[in-house]
Amino acid sequence: MINLSHFLILAALLFMIGVVGIFLNRKNIIILLMAIELMLLAVNMNFIAFSYYLGDIAGQIFVFFILTVAAAEAAIGLAIIIIVFRNNRSIDVEDINRLKG
Amino acid sequence: MDYSSAVFYFFSFILLFSAIKVITSRNPIFSALFLVLSFFSAAGLWLLLQAEFLAIALVLVYVGAVMVLFLFVIMMIDINIEVMKKGFWNYFPAIGFVSIIMLTEIILVLNKPFFKTPALFKPPLKSNTDAIGEVLYSDYILPFEIAAIILLVAIIAAIALTLRGKKMHKGIDPAIQISVKKSDRLKMVDMGITKTKTKKRDKRN
Repeated sequence: MINLSHFLILAALLFMIGVVGIFLNRKNIIILLMAIELMLLAVNMNFIAFSYYLGDIAGQIFVFFILTVAAAEAAIGLAIIIIVFRNNRSIDVEDINRLKG
Repeated sequence: MDYSSAVFYFFSFILLFSAIKVITSRNPIFSALFLVLSFFSAAGLWLLLQAEFLAIALVLVYVGAVMVLFLFVIMMIDINIEVMKKGFWNYFPAIGFVSIIMLTEIILVLNKPFFKTPALFKPPLKSNTDAIGEVLYSDYILPFEIAAIILLVAIIAAIALTLRGKKMHKGIDPAIQISVKKSDRLKMVDMGITKTKTKKRDKRN
């Protein structure tokens, strides 16, 4: 029988895949954004699993707000990628070093 | 193994497989399409957890809107895939080691019997959408309004960031457009020869 720990371990695996994706894809900001979406999905999975197993609807409300903020973040992130590409002619993270920090 | 366990393992296998393909695909378009697949199987898992409203919202909002936005941007940008994949696995030993350690720690914690207690879940008296709406519009009305403002700010920010400056756009300044007079655009030319031709045509008709 499936219990809470199954869902939490699945979400942990998904989160780790997102973290590994951020480290592997340093050449492509678009896939970095996708890895962030994967990590947010893992967090949402945790919230919904707890909401179901503890019998409290508030977890699902949180997921609703996370989805809203994630959609806004994706829209602004993609707009930033467009202007980075327009200025640099590349979306390599290592090319975005104009500030020399 | 009962039916819900089989569904869980099936969907989570597809979810993890497609998530791995998202971060390792050569072509960003494949990454986006595998991300669609992983959102879809996550929605299936949420249905298993009886979060019907959020499962449908995930499919509609993410697969329908956000991923289409991703695909638009990928197709607008000209990416050199060969350069993209140079040195792809450079950091893999380090991050693989770190992530395996983190995963082991998380799994050690989550395997406690505390997380394996039977669900406190009570069978719902009304539909999931009904229950969410009731809480969302009473206890969480202020966060709901703030979420609306965040979306508005995101719209304005996305447009303001990508709007090109004066140099590139070819629109007409409305002030100049409405102050145009007839004499600026229209010039009457007296051409005697056309007059006779039109007269002949009129006669034939």
